[in-house]
Amino acid sequence: MNKIFEIPLYPYARSADQDAAAPARHTVAVVGAGPIGLGVALDLAQLGVEVVVLDDNDKVSFGSRAVCYAKRPLEILDRLGCGVPMVDKGVEWNLGKVFFDQRQVYEFNLLPEDGHKFPAFINLQQYYFEEYMVARVREMQAAGKPIELRGGNKVTHVTPAVDKVTLDIDTPDGPYQIEADYLIACDGANSPIRRQLGLEFVGEVFQDNFLIADVIMEAEFPTERWFWFDPPFNRGQSALLHKQPDNVWRIDFQIGWDIDRAEELKPENIDKRLKAMLGDVSYELEWSSIYTFQCRRMEKFHEGRVIFAGDAAHQVSPFGARGANSGLQDTDNLAWKLKLILDGTAPETLLDSYDIERIHGAKENILNSTRSTDFITPKSETSRIFRDAVLDLAEKHDFARPFVNSGRLSVPCTYDGSPLNSADALPQGPARSRPGSPCADVPLGDSFLLSRLGGRETPRFTLLAIDTDAPDSLTVSGLDVAVLRLSAQDAPLLADRYLGTAEGAVYLIRPDQHVAARWPAYDETTVTAALARAIGKEQ
Amino acid sequence: MAKLNTTRNVAGADDVYQMLIDAHEGLSKAESDALNARLILTLINHIGDGEVIAEALALAKG
Ligand SMILES: Cc1cc2nc3c(=O)[nH]c(=O)nc-3n(C[C@H](O)[C@H](O)[C@H](O)COP(=O)(O)OP(=O)(O)OC[C@H]3O[C@@H](n4cnc5c(N)ncnc54)[C@H](O)[C@@H]3O)c2cc1C
Repeated sequence: MNKIFEIPLYPYARSADQDAAAPARHTVAVVGAGPIGLGVALDLAQLGVEVVVLDDNDKVSFGSRAVCYAKRPLEILDRLGCGVPMVDKGVEWNLGKVFFDQRQVYEFNLLPEDGHKFPAFINLQQYYFEEYMVARVREMQAAGKPIELRGGNKVTHVTPAVDKVTLDIDTPDGPYQIEADYLIACDGANSPIRRQLGLEFVGEVFQDNFLIADVIMEAEFPTERWFWFDPPFNRGQSALLHKQPDNVWRIDFQIGWDIDRAEELKPENIDKRLKAMLGDVSYELEWSSIYTFQCRRMEKFHEGRVIFAGDAAHQVSPFGARGANSGLQDTDNLAWKLKLILDGTAPETLLDSYDIERIHGAKENILNSTRSTDFITPKSETSRIFRDAVLDLAEKHDFARPFVNSGRLSVPCTYDGSPLNSADALPQGPARSRPGSPCADVPLGDSFLLSRLGGRETPRFTLLAIDTDAPDSLTVSGLDVAVLRLSAQDAPLLADRYLGTAEGAVYLIRPDQHVAARWPAYDETTVTAALARAIGKEQ
Repeated sequence: MAKLNTTRNVAGADDVYQMLIDAHEGLSKAESDALNARLILTLINHIGDGEVIAEALALAKG
């Protein structure tokens, strides 16, 4: 049986653009049909922005690569129409265990909070994730949305100009050109576009290799994340075991710096490692690969009309599952801004806030991933001595457990200090909902708050009034603001997540469901000013 | 404002110093290093204040 990642889901097909006398003009060209390219294309097309996605490949991710998806990206995907299939197929998990040598030294529970539509984490093969996104592209095409996906289209050169970007594309039928108002480069960590434009990608390469194996087996292990430091089956190194759907298990072996890649990847050598770890089990090797991990990012995420997102803009080690998870926060941040700029509702400089906010996010992710990687791969003898001391103490003493770092799992970024935020006028409100933060979900009868914020078809700002007055409707700077009036009496978690000790509150919420401003009560002048600020119109 | 106590604070300095040395008696270099690391982490937790730790680190670095 063919695996989904072996089937061309978007095979090359000749497009009319290839026969055009002059290069066809598109609104947005996305390079790369990985999760981030597909994510931004779905978001834009849903907002009615015409978009063409180009990929030199025609299949979903070969092998699973990313496996852990956090709540925030699932919420984003829900707005794009593919969150629910991910959760239906995915494996939910909450428990993680850490072993040192033969002993369990630490156990953590993600302790998901009540009252959210989506779980804290699911595990799912990256190829399924991409498959659901491609399916959603097809669904949107059937509904007449302006989205195109061209496989077998390799972008070989880009020529940026003041008002457009020209792309040279190679295909099985030979080369052609297109033009676009904006180009979004989602062409992965090795981004050929970034290289061609000579843009820096600086950071740290960790002098270590990890052998990643996905194996199919009937096993009794629970649905938990198991992480070993210095286990008998991989002395001096670490290992990880984590479950995915269809009885696929993700296994990582840290294997050190000086290795013979080809030798390590031989099935008989992988088999030795697996047998040492799992005993004499029968399994099928679905996919294996060796990675060196890096934490790096670009200095700026856009140059004129060329915008970078996902791994092309920033790369992290996978401890913490921050790669795809943070890339989707890029697209969530970018799509509405680009739509407002294209509509002429917001100034082009709004794009600067994409850099500011997502570089803030990338720094946070890089900091966390770097610290985890340093704990897992200590860089000096002393660093290893402290690491082992933490693990030794953690077995018996709770105080040492917070120091154990086998990956700090992806949490959404709060855009503290963003120029789009207005000063917090509700200090009695909970800190988690301060300006810049992503809105926390709350059950509203049989639906959820997040499904009523943001908007799919338009980049909609929402004025959320809780137990206080607000107008029936509001239009500012040509933007229709949706007004949502709720009472904490009907939804008690609203008080906990949005009121704190305040009696009432008004929140201005961006299309990406981040808080732009909040007040104890509605005032037209301040709300108008906050909205203008949130679309980059004033400081 | 310095938070780290750098005034004399240990009654019976000789006894306490002896405890530290005795604890390492008969240990290999690796065992001693591990003991020191566990001790430092335990004391760091007791102090519990990042600013104090930072000042202590700066002082120790000289
Ligand atoms: C072992 C491993 C485990 C991971 N685990 C996790 C995890 O648990 N959670 C998580 O969130 N992330 C994880 N990640 C990271 C995640 O896989 C990446 O962050 C994610 O794939 C990035 O998506 P992307 O769309 O930016 O880039 P990619 O997925 O790399 O896609 C880039 C696309 O661009 C195309 N392309 C490149 N050049 C051209 C060109 N010239 N013309 C046309 N097309 C081009 C490629 O064909 C490709 O389809 C993991 C990664 C690895 C390696």
